[in-house]
Amino acid sequence: MTAVRVAGVGLTHFGQIPERTGRDLFAEASQLAFEDASVPREDVAQLNYGNFMGALAEHQGHQAPLMAEAAGLDCPATRYEEACASAGVAVREAVKTVRSGEADVVAVGGMERMTNLGTAGATEGLAIAADDLFEVRAGMTFPGAYALMASAYFDEYGGSREDLAHVASKNHGNAVENEYAQYQRAVSVEKAMDAPPVAEPLYLFDCAPITDGAAALVLVSDDYAEANDLDAPVGIVGSGQGTDKMALQDRDDLAWTPATEQAAEMAYADAAIEADDVELAEVHDCFTIAEVLALESLGLYEPGHAIGAARRGETAADGDLPVNLSGGLKAKGHPVGATGASQVVEMTRLLRGDHPNSDAVDDARLGITHNAGGTVASAVVHVLEVLA
Amino acid sequence: MTERNDRLRTDGGEEQGDGGDEPGDGGDEPGDAGFDEWLAAIDDGEGYYLESPTGEGSLPPRRICPHSGSTDIEEKPLPETGTIEAVTVVHVASPQFAEDTPYATAVVDFGPVRLTGVVRGVDLEAVETGTTVEPSVEERETTGDPLLVFRPV
Repeated sequence: MTAVRVAGVGLTHFGQIPERTGRDLFAEASQLAFEDASVPREDVAQLNYGNFMGALAEHQGHQAPLMAEAAGLDCPATRYEEACASAGVAVREAVKTVRSGEADVVAVGGMERMTNLGTAGATEGLAIAADDLFEVRAGMTFPGAYALMASAYFDEYGGSREDLAHVASKNHGNAVENEYAQYQRAVSVEKAMDAPPVAEPLYLFDCAPITDGAAALVLVSDDYAEANDLDAPVGIVGSGQGTDKMALQDRDDLAWTPATEQAAEMAYADAAIEADDVELAEVHDCFTIAEVLALESLGLYEPGHAIGAARRGETAADGDLPVNLSGGLKAKGHPVGATGASQVVEMTRLLRGDHPNSDAVDDARLGITHNAGGTVASAVVHVLEVLA
Repeated sequence: MTERNDRLRTDGGEEQGDGGDEPGDGGDEPGDAGFDEWLAAIDDGEGYYLESPTGEGSLPPRRICPHSGSTDIEEKPLPETGTIEAVTVVHVASPQFAEDTPYATAVVDFGPVRLTGVVRGVDLEAVETGTTVEPSVEERETTGDPLLVFRPV
């Protein structure tokens, strides 16, 4: 099976840019990706594009051909929607296409425009990732759902708001040097503790922000990279996906995320690695508790043990297992339809050595990205490795 | 209670005969068949769930049990009370619930199924897991829409 290499990556600045159109955001990210890749656009066989709430935010369905046009591509284009894992599945399907031999070059990415809806509008938009009949109509919000998971976790394993504040503080610290991050500023544990409540036990600094932004990558086959003498040292060597019951009420255990577990097992087997081989991770911390749940379901921590990982410094930039060196969704921002692709962009740069935080993982050769949809009814995991 | 059922049953429910809709009864919006009747039944104190031959529970509309894969599922009475399994007090809500905040959203365990709704009739500071509650249908303060509510027994 051919290895899939990341030839180029591009990101817009993530933040509050309410006036910028989705097409312009994606055009910028893809332009940067093609400049980085040194791959001519006419070689692209396919565009895989992730987006979640474009119909609500921009009154725009059928976005894939629009985005192909914006990116200067003349090829089949498809939009993938999997809530906050939209770009994660777009990447996964791109990997499959290249591996199958169907295409040598696939462009992939995602975009979300959110802040033009305002906080209330974006909250309503995000809620449609939950079960409308049984959750949304019962007052469930996105933070509310994760708050239920957090309280279930605390009941089962213990833990405190302060443990979660350490996760927020760590990720904000990691974002300080990341020019693409929405919040390039440190947040102390005390400041995180001193925030207003959103859905108890989650407070303002437990929640990822509402964000506009886009991400893009150019993926190529090993053969294409070699034939064209591309500088593409990082490969996607494993991919996995999992699905769970949509509504929290139908899950056996609110403090465990089986979709992540399934995606990780599949991706690790695909890459022929074990969880112990993972040297760094970008995980889906839409809420601080989500980072904890991810680390456990990814097999990086035993159940009940990840809650103190940030407090103990284990997942810090200088820890044994740096997590969310990009700043994570928490501080880098969370334009939902772009997030899965942006994690692969950040991991590629971390492993290539051209990320502001690459120094923290000088010798690292293997990292994973974890992207989740809704309350982890969907999850996608990718394994990235520095290839010879 | 029939009056309230008319409010809940926007699709005419079981009374839908060959005459078709009766405009004006539930507005012009088509409802959600299966779900509307289920909510109306809870409102009547006759809540039900769907049970597979092996005892797994699920909720309508449903043609196949998501746990067992059985298509042989039948309505069974919902236990009269449940226990709060997880609860959160929501301070920031969507516009649909803006005037309801702060409110407590809970997942309540009824044995074969769990339900999600809003806890009322108890001080928000005092809402806790393990509390025995009973389900009813009340109104959302913000929009007047029907809302699944749990009150302590």
